Amino acid sequence: MNTTILLFLLQDGITNGAVYALLGLALVLVFAVTRVILIPQGEFVTYGALSYAMLATGQVPGTVQLAVAMGIVAFGLDLFFARKALRARLVMRSAALNIVFPVALLVVTYKVAGPTTPMAVNIALALLIVAAIGLFLYRIAFQPIAHTSVLVLLIASVGCHLALQGLGLVFFGAEGLRGPALSNAALTVGPLRFTGQSLAVYGLTVAFIVGLWLFFGYTRMGKALRATAVNRLGARLVGIRTTLSGQIAFLLASVIGAISGILIVPITTLYYDTGFLIGLKGFIAAIIGGLVSYPLTAVAAILVGIVEAFSSFYASNFKEVIVFTLILPVLVLRSLAAPAVEEEKD
Amino acid sequence: MAQRLPLIIFALVMALIPLVPGIPPFWIVLLDNIGLAALVAMGLVLLTGVGGLTSFGQAAFCGFGAYTTAVLTTAYGVSPWVTLPASLLVSGIAAVLLGIVTVRLSGHYLPLGTIAWGIGLFYLFSKLEFLGRNDGISGIPPLSIGSFRMLSPDTIYYAIWIAVLLCALLTMNLLDSRTGRAIRALRRGHIAAEAFGVQTPRAKLLVFIYAAVLAGLSGWLYAHFQRAANPTPFGAQAGIEYLFIAVVGGAGYVWGAVLGAGIVVILKEVLQSYLPYIFGGQSQLETIVFGIMLVLLLQLAPSGVWPWLMSLLPFKPSRKTPNTSIKLEHPTRASGSSPVLLQIDKARKQFGGVTAVNDVSFDVNAREIVALIGPNGAGKSTTFNLITGVLTATSGKISVLGKEVENAPPQEVVKLGVSRTFQHVKLVPDMTVLENVAIGAHLRGSAGAVASMLRLDRAEEARLLAEAARQIARVGLSDQIDQLAGSLSLGQQRIVEIARALCVDPMLLLLDEPAAGLRHMEKQRLATLLRQLRDGGMSVLLVEHDMGFVMDLADRIVVLDFGTKIAEGTPAAIKRNPDVIKAYLGAAA
Repeated sequence: MNTTILLFLLQDGITNGAVYALLGLALVLVFAVTRVILIPQGEFVTYGALSYAMLATGQVPGTVQLAVAMGIVAFGLDLFFARKALRARLVMRSAALNIVFPVALLVVTYKVAGPTTPMAVNIALALLIVAAIGLFLYRIAFQPIAHTSVLVLLIASVGCHLALQGLGLVFFGAEGLRGPALSNAALTVGPLRFTGQSLAVYGLTVAFIVGLWLFFGYTRMGKALRATAVNRLGARLVGIRTTLSGQIAFLLASVIGAISGILIVPITTLYYDTGFLIGLKGFIAAIIGGLVSYPLTAVAAILVGIVEAFSSFYASNFKEVIVFTLILPVLVLRSLAAPAVEEEKD
Repeated sequence: MAQRLPLIIFALVMALIPLVPGIPPFWIVLLDNIGLAALVAMGLVLLTGVGGLTSFGQAAFCGFGAYTTAVLTTAYGVSPWVTLPASLLVSGIAAVLLGIVTVRLSGHYLPLGTIAWGIGLFYLFSKLEFLGRNDGISGIPPLSIGSFRMLSPDTIYYAIWIAVLLCALLTMNLLDSRTGRAIRALRRGHIAAEAFGVQTPRAKLLVFIYAAVLAGLSGWLYAHFQRAANPTPFGAQAGIEYLFIAVVGGAGYVWGAVLGAGIVVILKEVLQSYLPYIFGGQSQLETIVFGIMLVLLLQLAPSGVWPWLMSLLPFKPSRKTPNTSIKLEHPTRASGSSPVLLQIDKARKQFGGVTAVNDVSFDVNAREIVALIGPNGAGKSTTFNLITGVLTATSGKISVLGKEVENAPPQEVVKLGVSRTFQHVKLVPDMTVLENVAIGAHLRGSAGAVASMLRLDRAEEARLLAEAARQIARVGLSDQIDQLAGSLSLGQQRIVEIARALCVDPMLLLLDEPAAGLRHMEKQRLATLLRQLRDGGMSVLLVEHDMGFVMDLADRIVVLDFGTKIAEGTPAAIKRNPDVIKAYLGAAA
């Protein structure tokens, strides 16, 4: 193997790895706060990417209608659970978030969608749509069962994944889509060519890692989220609104997912079901990071990307086998190194 | 016999279904699929619902079963009946290899690890040349008995459902036994189970293999039912679906697996065949609705449909009361040379820079009640954990009857006749008091998993349960014997822990705050019981904060403060000891 191929594979691996890192971060975030292992993360990726790609061609993606529908259900749930103490302020707030926001989004999307819409507007719309879906998903599917076991949450999460993936086929069709690149600038260093797109990937990944680290380490809200993760009841007793924590976690995760999607859709063609596999690889990174550590997850994600790039070059047939069995030795090492703590779980 | 009646009725109904004239053959195919899924889900019930080990990889074990018979029958012309043990063996061996790696994983790593190798194996199945890559292997011969070939769905139906019923029976037998109690204790953490001699890693591996063999059996049947094997039904999606089935049905219940399989298989079928009529051929609509219904179902019945149905029953299944006249032999233990029962010599435990126990030495003699007291954080519970092997000492010597324990694991310490209770109650809340207490007698039985499944353990089981019932009576909880441990008050749960510890037939009983949460009368009764035990030849070492209780009861008191022993003596002497007063009330006092 010569240096050029080596460098090329490394670069490819790091670019993919950076995207996996973003997803891994989101998974860690959601798990830490809500104990939900977020299988639908992959759908946030495809929804973001394909909504953006469709908007770029001037069409209105079906996701915005989904956001409105989910908002209505979420509003209904809010009313139902608060039926004993319906206060005007509560109803107004719920209506603003669950009805006005998605409907406004729908109206704006229909108004501005067209072949000449500026890219920034398309990106903003795609992000807002997915953010709304993420938020409502937590309200509808997870908030009512937030107190149950990790296993039940996980199964519910799989259910959401199935439903959202099926809806993805309805919205985007079976053919893959590609979106326009964020920037066509390119930079050549020696034998390597860095596209503006890949630089954006690196930049945003680093920005998110630093941002999350600052958010969780230094802000009141971030600390509240961490408190929720450690002990729901304890957090509630000191006045943290745990449902709000969950909603924020899902909101962040869906935005991160959508950004990852928008970042990769100009590089590779995405299909309605591609998200699952991408999400799973982010997942592997998250697992290697132990579902707790952000920097470790990021490093692991880059490692996964590199292993993937090299194994697709040398043994493309067994690429997935290699990537997915990669984590076994890591897991064994981790659980050997971890002290034997008693798990009081149910 | 009355307990078996529902099972027999169910078996009869299932046997008659294909004979109903005019029953659509399609229904039989559905029932076949339900049976196949129920087999895998049953393994998951044991593994996940009962043992607390979540696995997404069960579909891969079906793959091992199916591919084994596919390769052997098509490439080597081996008879399907010969490949049955081969299929089970291959899935079992795969489970041993994967299990050794995976079962060690703690907490959330475990399900994630199973997803990983589940997907890895799926890709392996679809890439290997001799497994036919993505196309798989076709032309698998049908099952046959003599010249009778099980070609149609309604003939293999019997093979499938006989397998389901047999496995359900075996699984229920297993759960209702000494090994079963050990498995059921796994979910609540390993420390309590290990304190009574359960080899938790081995128990975990056992359920893992058992679940894999059930999945392998399902795979073997599937291969001869479809007469083909390809990778798709053994992928991650299928693995997730099996877990669904178990959770929807009720992950802790054997019949939940069958019910869940019925619900999921029929739901999918109905959605697939009727949705297109309603909504006009929209593709993938059934996945959407299926996903939504799943979430909805979990919100309505988070613990599954089976327990919910059971709670609707107007009558409760009765439990047999054990016959307490059956005697259980005392365990034979090496008699020591030393008159000192427990000797702690300069035991030290450091956690990083913190010295929790600082060169503590004291003895417990035969027929003596010794109390270990001290302010919070004095190192009392840590000392208990050092004695029972939960923690290993940084330095120092702990000897039982003059024999050094040398950092033996908890399972070995209990064999020496030292049993304990926990400061934070560690009972299995969804097991009855009787079953919880019987875990204490784990080491006084020997029946293994196979003997339990075949009900060869009944004589021994009756002895163990009789002993448990006697100890429950001894601590005065006979009225609560059939209640779930989780439904008792905290004080009563502590007493249940004492009964469980007594089931070991110990020489030395270690009680960690036994009187906490008890009312005055209950404390007095406890003190009487402990005095009786001492007079019967047992020694007791207890940690307790209730000074009135301790001063009344103990023969001798050891006082710890910040990990160091500051005093030792009779209650009267301790009450006057200036160091003790200082530790409890501060210097100015």
